[in-house]
Amino acid sequence: MSIPAEYMLILSAVLFFIGIFGFFTRRNLVSLLISTELMLNAVDINFAVFNAYCRPESLEGYVFSLFGIGVAAAETAVAIAIIINVYRNFHSIHIKRLRDLKH
Amino acid sequence: MEYSILILALPLLGFLTLALAGNRMSHRAAGITGTLLLLAVTAISYFTAADYFMAGRDMNGVFAETVPYNFKWLPLGEGLSIDMGISLTPISAMMLVVITTVSLMVHIYSLGYMKGERGFQRYYAFLSLFTFSMLGLVVATNIFQMYIFWELVGVSSYLLIGFYYTKPEAIAASKKAFIVTRFADLFFLIGILIYGYYTGTFSFTPSEAALTGAATVLPTALLLMFIGGAGKSAMFPLHIWLPDAMEGPTPVSALIHAATMVVAGVFLVARLFNLFIDYAPETLHIIAYAGAFTALYAAVVACVQTDIKRVLAFSTISQISFMMVALGVCTGSDPHAGGLGYMASMFHLFTHAMFKGLLFLGAGAIIHAVHSNEKCRMGGLRKYMPITHITFLIACLAIAGIPPFSGFFSKDEILAACYEFSLPMGIFMSLIAALTAFYMFRLYYLIFWGKSYYETELARYRAGEIEAEPHKPHEAPLTMTLPLIILAAITCLAGFIPFGEFISSNGEAYTIHLNTKVAVTSIMLALAGIALATAMYIKGESRITVAINRTLRKPIEAAYHRFYMDEAWLFVTKKIIFNCISRPIAWFDRNVIDATFDKLAKITHKCGTFVRPLQDGNVQSYSIFFLSGALLIILILLYLI
Amino acid sequence: MDINLIIFSGLAIVMIVAAIFAVTSSKIMRATTNLLFVLFGTAGLYFFLHYTFLGAVQITVYAGGIVVLFIFAVLLIGKGSVDVTQTSLRRYLAGMATALTGMILTIYLIGNTDFASDKFNGEGVAIKELGMALMGTDKYNYILPFEVMSVLLLACTVGAIMIARKK
Repeated sequence: MSIPAEYMLILSAVLFFIGIFGFFTRRNLVSLLISTELMLNAVDINFAVFNAYCRPESLEGYVFSLFGIGVAAAETAVAIAIIINVYRNFHSIHIKRLRDLKH
Repeated sequence: MEYSILILALPLLGFLTLALAGNRMSHRAAGITGTLLLLAVTAISYFTAADYFMAGRDMNGVFAETVPYNFKWLPLGEGLSIDMGISLTPISAMMLVVITTVSLMVHIYSLGYMKGERGFQRYYAFLSLFTFSMLGLVVATNIFQMYIFWELVGVSSYLLIGFYYTKPEAIAASKKAFIVTRFADLFFLIGILIYGYYTGTFSFTPSEAALTGAATVLPTALLLMFIGGAGKSAMFPLHIWLPDAMEGPTPVSALIHAATMVVAGVFLVARLFNLFIDYAPETLHIIAYAGAFTALYAAVVACVQTDIKRVLAFSTISQISFMMVALGVCTGSDPHAGGLGYMASMFHLFTHAMFKGLLFLGAGAIIHAVHSNEKCRMGGLRKYMPITHITFLIACLAIAGIPPFSGFFSKDEILAACYEFSLPMGIFMSLIAALTAFYMFRLYYLIFWGKSYYETELARYRAGEIEAEPHKPHEAPLTMTLPLIILAAITCLAGFIPFGEFISSNGEAYTIHLNTKVAVTSIMLALAGIALATAMYIKGESRITVAINRTLRKPIEAAYHRFYMDEAWLFVTKKIIFNCISRPIAWFDRNVIDATFDKLAKITHKCGTFVRPLQDGNVQSYSIFFLSGALLIILILLYLI
Repeated sequence: MDINLIIFSGLAIVMIVAAIFAVTSSKIMRATTNLLFVLFGTAGLYFFLHYTFLGAVQITVYAGGIVVLFIFAVLLIGKGSVDVTQTSLRRYLAGMATALTGMILTIYLIGNTDFASDKFNGEGVAIKELGMALMGTDKYNYILPFEVMSVLLLACTVGAIMIARKK
């Protein structure tokens, strides 16, 4: 007997909103990135679950998940490069200090 | 006559040049630029007038109105539009000559009079502006254009009265002049609007059909327009600004407040004369009575003033009233039957502009010499200022109505017209003419005869009573005496111009013939006035004078204070208008209107302070709001579906 | 009770707890480690779905690549890697309220929606089939996205080097 799809979806929703919560409240660039990863991950889960439960004969969700992981990797690489650069210039990655673009 | 546009273009050019580049010019350059431009304008005006009158009469025997320029400026709808253009009629051609002549004289005179004054260039710029506006006023093709230039004239008058803007009296006087005339212009505007609404045009000569339709409101409209004219022409009780306007430089008084701007009201009535005579003869008579009263009032006040410019100012009011009376006593448009006053009025306007300009310029020369406006600082000046003395005397004789000077001829026509109207009016005006002779010669004797203030002071200085050596009066420089001589010459000769040939009420030629009875009476009365003045003032203030002053102390004091007209106005404005109307309005404005908007502003400000943190540039806050909003929309959709 | 369900429940609890720690821990290294647990859990979920290749990719790329990048970053940043100051209480509560509302709403929607999700066959996807789909040029084949991905990754590598390079 398999697990109902709803359970998986609920799990991914919970992860997604935990990520959102982190994104709302963290004050550190790396922490924000971690929250983003959580959200991306939840989305990947959804793709895979829908593929497996609704249309097992096709590959769309599967491939989307696969590419999603790839995009996440690319995004993380660039983001971390930026963060390191920011740190080099500001000696902090606290978002409160990063106000130069605000005005 | 396409070149006639230059009459307006050149003064405007002069104004713009002097106003924009004046500060980079030397005084000399600015003065000469303004004067030369005006010389050109004068030449063109003379040429235009000559051209106009040479063109001859049309088949009706009148000088037809020619319109070299006219274009639709503001179309207001069905047929009604505001035009701009140049129109020439006999009286506007005459006004061109008068204005440019006096203005040119004043320009030349000011070269000497205003020498070394601060703001010399500004002065010439304003003079050019004034000349431009005044010329635009007289050549207006329609009543609205006239109104526009009318206001421009008011503005330039304001600017020139307040020329010495560091003097509080000058500022007060300029404001007073502007507000009083502006108040009168309000009626003028209302009159124009009524006229335009009912006749469907702003033209001076609407079609018969339009006029018949508007016949019932025309008297009202014309009366309102006359009130505007009364404001500019200083008719009682709107005259209060003119004596104060003497705070401006004296040449300005000569140009604006004696010769040109103040006769704008007379010109207005004359320009609308056909409408008045055909549709509102009663209004004309109202004008006559108002004029007669003003003439008497101003003449009486002029008899006791001590400031020579004030005397001249009241004399101006009185003389303008003569013109108004002359227009008002017309009963028909035929100069042989009831229309004589029109011609007389225009004639007097012409001669008066010349001799009153001369009087003011002479007064300016005197003030220049003794550095005071008060008669007590003068006396015995004839030795020191011979040219001024002679020219001033000529002007005095002219205004008193002694032949062969110009004033005699024009005043005689006015009196003849008055006698034609009614005997009491004629006698009344004759008496005022005698009064005119009296006060002018009083002024003349006080200035040029009697004990010399300078000599008295010199004697005291020699005796060691005073420290400073008094300033010796001297004759004015050539730039100032030349205009005096020219104007004096015109004053001597202008009476012999066959004026009726050019201007008459119906446009047909009219030969002036002296009414012997009237002429002799008026000469006798004038001589009587002069004789009285001579007796009273030739040797300073004689015993008779002192005795008269003592017996008539109360009335003389009242007249000296202009019968408290200024105070009456102040009472009306300050006590009644301010307290009963302005205060409540101010209260309403402050506590209701302002308060409403203040409250609105405060609420907006509160909302702003409340909303401001939402937009703090923090992406995290934004994302919170974004998600909340999205969730809200989803909830609404769920609830609705 | 079904063994699958028990394992799934355990996995879910571990993932949720780790995720909560990942977004609340004040030490970033700890947060990263918790993220790693979540990622492993996700791989576990993929195995539940019999998507073994996807699970393997998840572990290799995410756990093996991304988390290592994070750790490098944390080590490079050093003293900045402690999330000392917390956000203001107001925003904390607002964020929490919004997130909770969203979560409840989503769960409610999931519970009330019929996904027609009863076609699960537990067969997974054959590697050969996947390979053909990824490299194929027919309909429902993915050669173009695959190549775009490769360009993206290349660009991203170059970009990362450019940005992080010392001037």
